[in-house]
Amino acid sequence: MSDYHIQLDRQDRLVHFLTVEGLTHRHLTEILDTAESLRGVAERRIKKLPTLHGKTVVNLFFEASTRTRTTFELAAKRLSADVLNLNIATSSAVKGESLLDTLRNIEAMQCDMFVVRHEQSGAAEFIARHVKPHIAVLNAGDGRHAHPTQAMLDVFTIRRHKPDFPNLSVAIVGDILHSRVARSLIHALNILGAGEIRVIAPRTLLPAQVETLGVHPCHDPRQGLRDVDVVVMLRLQRERMEGALLPSEAEFFQRYGLTEERLALAKPDAIVMHPAPINRGVEIDSRVADGPQSVILEQVTNGIAVRMAIMSITLGHHARSTEENA
Amino acid sequence: MRTVIQGGRIIDPARRMDTVADLFIAEGKIAGLGQTPDGFVADQVIAAHDRVVCPGLIDLCARLREPGQEHKATIASESAAAAAGGITTLVCPPDTEPPIDEPAVVEWIRRRAKAAGQARVLTLGALTHRLRGERLAEMAALQDVGCIGVSDGGHPIANSRVLRRALEYAATFNLTVFLTPLDPDLGHGLAHEGQVAARLGLSGIPVAAETGSIARNLELVRDLGVRVHFGRLSSARAVDLIARAQADGLPVTADVAVHHLHLTEIDLIGFDSRCHVRPPLRGLRDKDTLRTGVAAGVIGAICSDHQPHEPDAKLAPFGDTEPGISGLDTLLALSLRLVRDEALSLPAVIERLTWGPARILGLDRGHLGVGAIADVCIFDPDAEWRLEPDVMRSRGQNSPFTGWELQGRVVQTLLEGRSVFAGR
Amino acid sequence: MGNAEFLIEALTGQLRELLTRRGITDPALVGIHTGGVWIAERLRQRLGITTPLGQMDIAFYRDDFSRIGVHPQVRPSELPFDVDNRHIVLVDDVLYTGRTIRAALNELFDYGRPASVLLAVLVDRGGREVPIEANAVGTRLQLPASDQIELIGPDHLQLRIQTVP
Repeated sequence: MSDYHIQLDRQDRLVHFLTVEGLTHRHLTEILDTAESLRGVAERRIKKLPTLHGKTVVNLFFEASTRTRTTFELAAKRLSADVLNLNIATSSAVKGESLLDTLRNIEAMQCDMFVVRHEQSGAAEFIARHVKPHIAVLNAGDGRHAHPTQAMLDVFTIRRHKPDFPNLSVAIVGDILHSRVARSLIHALNILGAGEIRVIAPRTLLPAQVETLGVHPCHDPRQGLRDVDVVVMLRLQRERMEGALLPSEAEFFQRYGLTEERLALAKPDAIVMHPAPINRGVEIDSRVADGPQSVILEQVTNGIAVRMAIMSITLGHHARSTEENA
Repeated sequence: MRTVIQGGRIIDPARRMDTVADLFIAEGKIAGLGQTPDGFVADQVIAAHDRVVCPGLIDLCARLREPGQEHKATIASESAAAAAGGITTLVCPPDTEPPIDEPAVVEWIRRRAKAAGQARVLTLGALTHRLRGERLAEMAALQDVGCIGVSDGGHPIANSRVLRRALEYAATFNLTVFLTPLDPDLGHGLAHEGQVAARLGLSGIPVAAETGSIARNLELVRDLGVRVHFGRLSSARAVDLIARAQADGLPVTADVAVHHLHLTEIDLIGFDSRCHVRPPLRGLRDKDTLRTGVAAGVIGAICSDHQPHEPDAKLAPFGDTEPGISGLDTLLALSLRLVRDEALSLPAVIERLTWGPARILGLDRGHLGVGAIADVCIFDPDAEWRLEPDVMRSRGQNSPFTGWELQGRVVQTLLEGRSVFAGR
Repeated sequence: MGNAEFLIEALTGQLRELLTRRGITDPALVGIHTGGVWIAERLRQRLGITTPLGQMDIAFYRDDFSRIGVHPQVRPSELPFDVDNRHIVLVDDVLYTGRTIRAALNELFDYGRPASVLLAVLVDRGGREVPIEANAVGTRLQLPASDQIELIGPDHLQLRIQTVP
């Protein structure tokens, strides 16, 4: 069995972006550095680069998410690509068309990149295995598995504030079990050599053997938040209450919600992050979310540059691989 | 028709026999072994030098997809695959469409199997009407038309009261009950709850989904004395539970699907939907303990848990695919691999594929004693081959063993003395 | 290997004369990564220009993206002044096909509308593929296409000419 992963070409270059797992420090640094170069574009009079002029990016969303789709759309447009938004959740899938049928149809429209969101873990990888070779696939969230662009914008934001990764202590708080964001972020932090990663949640919201991901599980935020440099709060989905994973939002907030008092346990210059949208008063207090240590809106801004970087890198490598194989 | 199989290594576990001898068959029955029976004149001679001659394999769980899912496979297509795999008896669980909960379905399957004529197809009747776990099925009627046991057909009965009554009722007619060891509420998931599920973000099925169900059912057996067979164990702790129950003298047996003796959760990496099975592939220690359980006889049979699929059933993101492996083509070779791995001796492996399952079914089959029905498998234990979709006889080509180098290949299969498969 | 300081001196003289002739008193210098930035900084000091140096990495504006992709070590472009109505001097080390300058002009105009743009290059080696010419040139060289010319820096700038096999 080969450990060659579908998202890398034979020269080890990223041609799809499906998961952070298995990538190297070099891959992640290339993305972060490229994103750094793209961050200034938003301040220019013309907020657009010609890089992907003539390319077509398709947002293939099998799970509705206006917010995520918008950031990919903006990133693609800032690179001059044409963007097509397809919400499959409300179209073909219900008519019984198979996922592969849908793919074949869209491929026939001469597209260059699929940005995929799907409720099933592994869906982006499945699509990458079945698309025509000239198409790059970006994972915009597959089930509980991965949300690699979100993880990259998170580490990008952390690096801008706390570049000393070996001495970095990060706490991730909330529903780790169902969180693709957490899984990808844990991989990214470990690859970049973060000193310590703690996951803080009641046991119902932690996957079995979570420590094998390279984290320290902790059930008490009073211990888990102590002296950390970064606090990442995860969004709590309402339906978890119905699944008998939690008794109530109120009890969760009371035990795990990020309040000013709890944040005071972290280092004084600790930053607070959240993948958004936030549930005020469920996982985070408004005073913290809007407070001086919060970088939540900066994450949103950085998300555009990071996604632009990933789009230009993967499509660029695709071009290069095609050229070399010609 | 009289046949002599000459010079083969005869392995007949029921009689602890492992010897090179000639085997004589007359009128569909074993006529003798070693010395030519008086007056026997062969119409046909099968040379079996350097081959193993053993009873035809008995597979305790094979989905033939008929009636109801003919787009996946048919009784004819899968009987042919069974014959090519040395399997002469297939046990079909009741989860067909419609389920085997009324005599007409049993009759229909029997007719189709007879028309195909390449393997014996036995049926398990449903424990409850439509397998819904609510009302008892007409088990006595099903027994009358030939069902050799009753089963939940992969849909475990959640309600303990209904289950207890179903067991009692089955015990009335001395029927063996084939249960799926799974707590349906804990069993919602896609993968073993462990490090691979944590990594891939697949919902987990804890070991307790299996052991919790077994523990409850063992207590019911203790109360009622009914014969229960637990199909497809997947975990080390389940093996321990069954071993202890057997030591206590409870009338319980168990089997394992051959893929659980070779694969683990690690094989799911890359979201390989061919490894999407129920029960899920578990950890390395589970695999090792299952092998130990087979060796010790706690697990009395190895089955294929054959579930052929059309290609589309596996062509989707992992969680949207249908579980199951097409296993008839590989049951023998994968079982023989246990000999190479020094987990079991060759006669022991053959026992778990023949006499072992026959005893679980309470049938006088799976042996080569004089007078027995001449279901015989002749295989070349040294033949090396590589599993590729195009060499599979089953209509379902969904096997994670594609590309594996296997050893041991069937050269001829006899069903009631009649050749139903002859290879190179 | 040739010392580039002499060429920079020549380029400074030409550029000073050009700016005077045009009556440009406060130009903004923009170096193109990597060699162009080194030269632009030296020009800025020698000409006594107070406006901080601009830097551009034209990676995202290249016309060969569909063949080679984005350079893995792209650096941020930074123009620490308002481009609108400004007299800009674009600086690069070697002018060859002209494609880099084409890309740089496009990028520059995405920042604003300059009053004028001049081009200063250390070496013009001919071989143009687009209609672009420099306003100030350190030296002109005729080199076969197989030769590669490269500026080594950032401290002691040296020109290296190599024949690519």
